[in-house]
Amino acid sequence: MSTMTPPSALAAPPALATAPRCAPAWRAPLVLLVVGLAACALLPDQFGLLTRIFITVLFVLSLDLVVGIGGLATLGHAALFGTGAYAAGIFALQVQPDPLVGLLVGIAAGAALAALSGAFLLRYQGFTFLMLTIAVSQILLSLAQKARRWTGGDDGLSGFVMGPLLGRFEFDLEGRVAALYALAVLVLLFYLARRLVDSPFGLAVRGIHENRARMAALGTPVLARLWLLYTLAGAIAGAAGALSAQTNAVVGMDSLSFALSAEALVMLILGGAGRLTGALVGATVFTVLHHTAASINPYHWLFVVGALLMLVVLVSPAKAWAWLRRRAGAVQ
Amino acid sequence: MSALLELRSLDKRFGGLHVTRGVSFALHAGDRVALIGPNGAGKTTLVNQISGVLPCDSGEIRLRGEDVTRLSQARRVRAGLARTFQITTLAPHFAVQRQIELALFEREGLTGALWRSVDAYPALRAEAQGILTRFGLRGHAATATEDLAYGEQRLIEMALALALRPQVLLLDEPMAGVPKGDGARLLAALDALPSDLAVLIIEHDMDLVFRFANRIVVLAEGAVLADGAPDDIRRDPRVRAAYLGN
Repeated sequence: MSTMTPPSALAAPPALATAPRCAPAWRAPLVLLVVGLAACALLPDQFGLLTRIFITVLFVLSLDLVVGIGGLATLGHAALFGTGAYAAGIFALQVQPDPLVGLLVGIAAGAALAALSGAFLLRYQGFTFLMLTIAVSQILLSLAQKARRWTGGDDGLSGFVMGPLLGRFEFDLEGRVAALYALAVLVLLFYLARRLVDSPFGLAVRGIHENRARMAALGTPVLARLWLLYTLAGAIAGAAGALSAQTNAVVGMDSLSFALSAEALVMLILGGAGRLTGALVGATVFTVLHHTAASINPYHWLFVVGALLMLVVLVSPAKAWAWLRRRAGAVQ
Repeated sequence: MSALLELRSLDKRFGGLHVTRGVSFALHAGDRVALIGPNGAGKTTLVNQISGVLPCDSGEIRLRGEDVTRLSQARRVRAGLARTFQITTLAPHFAVQRQIELALFEREGLTGALWRSVDAYPALRAEAQGILTRFGLRGHAATATEDLAYGEQRLIEMALALALRPQVLLLDEPMAGVPKGDGARLLAALDALPSDLAVLIIEHDMDLVFRFANRIVVLAEGAVLADGAPDDIRRDPRVRAAYLGN
């Protein structure tokens, strides 16, 4: 017979599933805001790195909605990021340089691509879905290479200068405005993602992740729910891409690359999929490691990431916690 | 009285295998119909056809007078059809209460709602707790579904279907895999089904079939071999030969 003991943390991908009540949606975003602001205050010479972390976290957050919440393994998420980046860059270059309008354009572009490709991709599951997501991102990559006039091809899209944020705050050389801008967008979208996951829609999507046949038997229009999730994740990935374009003032081919999709998945697994907070931890650890290890040894830094990944995959978090608790108990 | 569920000449082939052949029968409000037949007779295929998991090759399914043959599974559920599975089909990591709430959100058409928290629907929460109480699972509200005993998971299958407030309920071997003696709560749940509900039950336990059903449809090699009152079925020599033995 079962007892009231809670199931192991490992066995429950959606953290909420075992809790009778959701934590308030604002709590984790508020912590993120405080930590982010503290990091900006304590590391004034690292605005560039912080901006990159905030943007990467946002991108991996979007990936977590698809992989961790929806249960759709993708290796083509960079397609959504890159589309948002190119859309924001082209918009700034050809139409107008306001960052917030450009951000909305990036969001719309990411969502539109997800909506279009999702309508086709989501009919497939598992390995087929995975391969098709790679195919979509490769098609976009070669399109971006061909459309040099718009994208700058292999040289990248550059030459655009962003206007002041809210008409007042110029993007400064140290990158303070860029970092705070990226943090603000991240916190806002993290809050929205939190609400989404805790809503009846989020519950249904997690239900689909757990058991498609069950959800269909409850009357859930499975494909329609997954399509909306994918589109919303596309919007967030597009926002991350737009932020990247605006704060770097350049968009490269790598923003659509397979490597970016794969790295994001590594970050998500590193932090733990399905909780949203895992995306924060994984992306931060990975980006900081990348920054520090790569400056020590630019050729072999991936060894560190590889070793860390093996550790996370092979050592279950539940066992690690138990070990830590035993150690703590022994010390006391 | 018009039929709640009406099957007209349902056919299904898997390649060269003719699994259901011209199956026709109807269910009315309050019916307790048992679908019996040897293994491989096409019982589960038929339930999958009715619920929309499998498309029909030919024939027609009418639910409350409406042709639902081409409708999706979700639309059929909304039209009043619910089912359980022979092999437990649940969200294993969900807390039991969340699982029930999910069915209620779906019934109320709320799973498209993106903003309010699942905890902001006190009426549905109370209803979910009421359902758990009725099934004797209230103490397990926060337990992960996979941590429940198998018999209790079978109860949740039934609770989920009933939470949808269906008019037609398809029960695919609700007692399958439940050890004898552990089945008392399931039997009580079967007895407590709403009296106006039309129920089609697949079951191999003949004691249960004859206790529960007021009509029995016998399926053999995909076709209806007999359809009638339990006593008539029990006496039918063809049924005895095909299935019941002595």
